[in-house]
Amino acid sequence: MSASPTIEPSFLFGRLTLEAIPYHEPILVATFAVVALGGIAVLGALTYFRLWGYLWREWFTSVDHKKIGIMYMVLGTIMLLRGFADAIMMRLQQALAFGGSDGYLPAHHYDQVFTAHGVIMIFFVAMPMVTGLMNFVVPLQIGARDVSFPFLNNFSFWMTVSGAVLVMTSLFVGEFAQTGWLAYPPLSGIGYSPYVGVDYYIWALQIAGVGTLLSGVNLICTIVKMRAPGMTLMKMPVFTWTALCTNVLIVAAFPVLTAVLALLAADRYIGTNFFTNDFGGNPMMYVNLIWIWGHPEVYILILPAFGIFSEVTSTFSGKRLFGYTSMVYATVVITILSYLVWLHHFFTMGSGASVNSFFGITTMIISIPTGAKMFNWLFTMYRGRIRFELPMMYTVAFMLIFVIGGMTGVLLAVPPADFVLHNSLFLIAHFHNVIIGGVLFGMFAGIAFWWPKAFGFKLDPFWGKMSFWFWVVGFFFAFMPLYVLGLMGVTRRLRVFDDPSLHIWFLIAGFGAVLIACGIGSFLIQIGVSILRREQLRDTTGDPWNARTLEWATSSPPPAYNFAFTPVVHDLDAWWDMKQRGYTRPLTGFKPIHMPRSSGAGPILAGFSIVLGFALIWYIWWLAALAFIGLIGTAIGHTFNYNRDFDIPAEEVARTEDERTRQLAQVNA
Amino acid sequence: MTQASGTPASGEAPVFYEVDEHPHPEGHSTMLGFWIYLMSDCLIFAVLFATFGVLGGSYAAGPGPKDLFDLELVALNTSMLLFSSITYGFAMLAMEKDRVKVTQLWLVVTAVFGLAFLSIELYEFHHMIAEGATPQRSAFLSAFFTLVGTHGLHVTFGLIWLVTLMVQVGQRGLVVANKRRLMCLSMFWHFLDVVWIGVFTFVYLMGMLR
Repeated sequence: MSASPTIEPSFLFGRLTLEAIPYHEPILVATFAVVALGGIAVLGALTYFRLWGYLWREWFTSVDHKKIGIMYMVLGTIMLLRGFADAIMMRLQQALAFGGSDGYLPAHHYDQVFTAHGVIMIFFVAMPMVTGLMNFVVPLQIGARDVSFPFLNNFSFWMTVSGAVLVMTSLFVGEFAQTGWLAYPPLSGIGYSPYVGVDYYIWALQIAGVGTLLSGVNLICTIVKMRAPGMTLMKMPVFTWTALCTNVLIVAAFPVLTAVLALLAADRYIGTNFFTNDFGGNPMMYVNLIWIWGHPEVYILILPAFGIFSEVTSTFSGKRLFGYTSMVYATVVITILSYLVWLHHFFTMGSGASVNSFFGITTMIISIPTGAKMFNWLFTMYRGRIRFELPMMYTVAFMLIFVIGGMTGVLLAVPPADFVLHNSLFLIAHFHNVIIGGVLFGMFAGIAFWWPKAFGFKLDPFWGKMSFWFWVVGFFFAFMPLYVLGLMGVTRRLRVFDDPSLHIWFLIAGFGAVLIACGIGSFLIQIGVSILRREQLRDTTGDPWNARTLEWATSSPPPAYNFAFTPVVHDLDAWWDMKQRGYTRPLTGFKPIHMPRSSGAGPILAGFSIVLGFALIWYIWWLAALAFIGLIGTAIGHTFNYNRDFDIPAEEVARTEDERTRQLAQVNA
Repeated sequence: MTQASGTPASGEAPVFYEVDEHPHPEGHSTMLGFWIYLMSDCLIFAVLFATFGVLGGSYAAGPGPKDLFDLELVALNTSMLLFSSITYGFAMLAMEKDRVKVTQLWLVVTAVFGLAFLSIELYEFHHMIAEGATPQRSAFLSAFFTLVGTHGLHVTFGLIWLVTLMVQVGQRGLVVANKRRLMCLSMFWHFLDVVWIGVFTFVYLMGMLR
């Protein structure tokens, strides 16, 4: 749609009319055709192979933290494709729109693309992947059988899916926000964004935010309450520590996002004056509030990645992590400091020299604990017997790239420099530098590291290395030119350019994006090839990397109950300690194991949330009321179910464990 | 208890797993989890209080607190909520003694006080809106209605929850799960009381001093 239509809402359909379907935009029609064909193929295959019942019973309604973790990873990967499609569209547009050309994307479409790219990559790629890895790994690492609130875990996942579904819907019904990923008012107010884009943004994030917050509460309780006996706080694996800090950050930051988006929604729906230009409203208050969430958010993403790199470094160097205690303290210090720097995102607001100095200095201080971590990893590798498996390769690439990103961050932390670089491509290069080099490489390292634990076979190394090199080289090609352009004064989110001397840099960046596309392709091929070659890549030991923490003490994939007997921890690297001191697996004396029961309430509640969000976006009030009643009714109905757990009988545990005994005997034979 | 693992490395045999373990008791982390949830909810209120702090003086040439607030009515309203907290406390005392009927009775009294609080609040809102002091009139009024209204919404959900729990106590009596749920609602109810004291002080009393 080239312009937002002004529509008098009807009772039955609200603002929704046929005009809302962008059938006159060829790009979107083609996208829709591809998505629809792909979707029909997948749905058809599921029906043909009669997989619906299996999926519903074994996955969608499952409260098993391992399956929920894997589903989070699948969601993150699918959304990565969407987010990257947006990225490469932007690169193409900026490479084309020179010398009088307008490029191929009209402004209305281009503005949605850059907004959707940011929103999707942060909320529906990075967050699900981080949460997914924490979900899968943390209970195993602390020797627990599930999380504290298994049903809540399933519900949280489906709420995240609901948010993603709403964002995807905006592609084909109506529009997405054209405001940039944080939707600053007054642009995001009803006066300047009268149509549905910002409403999609608000409700997608609100619904997904419920899931994120509850999963944060859940994992904190799990880590605090369910650690194996002997695992004191300072014997917790570093990844669990970073997960704890990240979830504390989630619980302490996401309510702020919820509140500020609710206020924006009130401005748009009721006509209140929180962030308006008139009647006493204050748009800068929105910017402050959203960054009070937004800065902790970047640490929510990077801390678990730091945890993964710590586990990977010590495992593949064959050494205990150097400076465990300092690593823990550095993590905690970063957690606290992350709340004291939010204003560095808008030094140009004009808070005055003293306020800007305060936030500039706190920002620079954060680089101290981060630097300490970097040295800890280096000293862990020093004199280690390093194995350059894929996770370790990503770790080394991370150390290189993240240091560059960190240093440009410190440059931006200097307020006078920031006045020049604010909102320039230098900033874009900086945060992609730390998010790709830090978070994304962390996720890739984590996926390669824990994949054999999840599925019982390793990932194919050749395609993994292809993906690695495409990503690393592609990253440099795609983002180093943006530093140059930023220093030359090019600002972010531009659609067309006048100065022909800039063209070459955008072409290089576009080439980099193509390399990254090859990296993503190789990653997908890697997964496909690995599944096909799973018998050759099979690991029956449960400990393919000769690793150190408890998740490697059980079989791969772990049984539903994780551990037949709860482990007792004596040392920081509990599994390494067990191996060193001649641990033998118990073969008899199994008991029934108490486990939570699956529940369909999570997906049903999330389904009502999608309908509620959609109805609110399109002003279909009767549907919103019905969906809300359905939501509350289902939630209350669920509380009338008191039959939440069951026992896995001792015979079944014995059967599973005997199977594993035979497997291990084959390995040793 | 047999300790069935490990060769002695330094004299004594290390225990690497629990043979005689006991499952976590049902709801073992619910109280902690609910506390954490309450603190996150508290942060939402913190944002709304901060917003009111910033916008509380932005009348946009419209009415201010002195034109709008009726402190005697608010005092009455406050007493309703405080009484409901006390009566919820009595319900919990009865619950501790496993007296189902007395518990239910005090829950009913709590609900009545809660309803009285909501009714007075709605009356106050209606009165203000009728005078033209709508949420759209000024940033001050937007912040006022949102902060006080969010608290009111919480009380409403508390009431729905209260009724649900009364039905469940009626069906199953004071079983462990129901006691735990009543405990959570108790924390929620007292939390709303604490927030209201903040609202009463910060919005109404200090508003009259502006």
